[in-house]
Amino acid sequence: MPIWNGVLTRRRMVHHLALGGIASVLGHGVAFASQAHALLTRRIPSSGEELPVVGLGTWITFNVGDDVAARDECAEVMRAFFEAGGRLIDSSPMYGSSQSVVGHGLTKLGRPASLFSADKVWTSSDGRRQIEETRRRWRVPTLDLVQVHNLLSWEEQLPVLFAMKAEKRIRYVGITTSEGRRHREIEQLMRAHPLDFVQVTYNVLDREVEQRILPLAQERRIAVIVNRPFRQGALIDHVRRHPLPGWAREIDCASWAQFLLKFIVAHPAVTCAIPATSSVAHVQENMGAASGRLPDETMRNRMSSYVAQL
Amino acid sequence: MKDWLTYRLSDLLLFSPRTYYRMFELYHQEIWPAQLVAVALVLAILVLMRRDDDRHGPVIAGLLAACWLWVAIMFHVRRYATINWAARYFAVLFVAQAALLVWNGVVRRRLTFRRQSEASALLVPGLLVIAIAIPPLVGRVTGRTWSQVELVGLTPDATAIATLGILLLASPRAPRALMVAPLCWCVIGGATSWALGSAEAWVPIVAAAGALTGMLWRSPVPWPDSSA
Repeated sequence: MPIWNGVLTRRRMVHHLALGGIASVLGHGVAFASQAHALLTRRIPSSGEELPVVGLGTWITFNVGDDVAARDECAEVMRAFFEAGGRLIDSSPMYGSSQSVVGHGLTKLGRPASLFSADKVWTSSDGRRQIEETRRRWRVPTLDLVQVHNLLSWEEQLPVLFAMKAEKRIRYVGITTSEGRRHREIEQLMRAHPLDFVQVTYNVLDREVEQRILPLAQERRIAVIVNRPFRQGALIDHVRRHPLPGWAREIDCASWAQFLLKFIVAHPAVTCAIPATSSVAHVQENMGAASGRLPDETMRNRMSSYVAQL
Repeated sequence: MKDWLTYRLSDLLLFSPRTYYRMFELYHQEIWPAQLVAVALVLAILVLMRRDDDRHGPVIAGLLAACWLWVAIMFHVRRYATINWAARYFAVLFVAQAALLVWNGVVRRRLTFRRQSEASALLVPGLLVIAIAIPPLVGRVTGRTWSQVELVGLTPDATAIATLGILLLASPRAPRALMVAPLCWCVIGGATSWALGSAEAWVPIVAAAGALTGMLWRSPVPWPDSSA
């Protein structure tokens, strides 16, 4: 059965889509129900700031070097993302030229005010210098969120990030991992530090984080960013060989991408999933997952079982 | 260390196939007409190798060193580094090989090409053919355009494979230290193509396996005072 999750809020409507339906209140916080096309958002627990449930990753897709044509294509992807109401773009100094490609796109688009910049520190020393270099590449006055990439030198970098947050040089602090690595350490850090965000891999087949990390994030009021929603494209390449089940219409899914993303963002602990793409059509398709009905737990289990047997 | 073992080859790939091959296209546009110079240089090396004259060894070593230095700077630093931060380290490998070629081939004159009758001589001309012709042809067949192909003296895979072939043709046997960087690069280049899902991956891998076989087949280096 499709539902609107209790912690979902309506931040604003995508300006070019009609708004209708009946709003209602479900569970805690400001929740609503309406027809498809309303932009789904979640609150960052530590601040209350709302983020659309679908963001934009840049791993591989935005690493195009100094290829002018490819950089402009990425800028168009960003344009489509912002036009669809997207806010959070995530990158890393480890992603080759992705940061400077994001910076190129932001400049070309007039640095949209709605941007929520999420990046990482990926060095064993001198985190401040690297973060400043990152900010320079993004061509923004400040970064919103800085995360410790794959827990690299977190003992040294976390104090730096908390100090920068206190100095108001960044707004949020987070940690990341991917592909299920170092989850025990992630848990320990979530318990021991006042983190704003944690970033993990989660998708319809990789569900380990449901056991401990996602519940812990809810308990500790930590926002969750989900990477590798399509297993770096392999998952969507696999499922696309099969027809989308007819019952996907019950949760307003028009494509496999929306099916896979809605599975993720329907989890109440998830704040934002960050699929990466270099295609305008795909970013528009992905942003479609941030509207319409979401699956409830029964439906989510059905979705997972269905994909697992494909 | 345990954490690193959980990474797949594809996890270490920072770019898409499209971006990788487009990089070659931009590179070839940037360096034109260096391609003509490279072809002339490779032909000159082949001609010099057939002359059975010890004085040509240092020239060949110098030309090869120039190729490795060119690839280090013009390919790795100026081009590949725009999409792969590890390219800086690859450049160091290529500069080191250039230095080794100069030291062993030009300064110590330990790279000569006398006529030989060993059975391995049958293998190594094949390696040279692979080095010069196969990378661009396989690249073309597997989806690269002509403007994106590997070329000896200008791009790393083809340069490493050609170097292996040339070193195996050396007589007396070339110092084995000169084989290390080309073999390393064949593994790196093959792994990159493998991660990209390209059938080109087998080219450097087969070349490296052939070169290793040839190297082990060759008799011990006869240089009386060689420390190699």
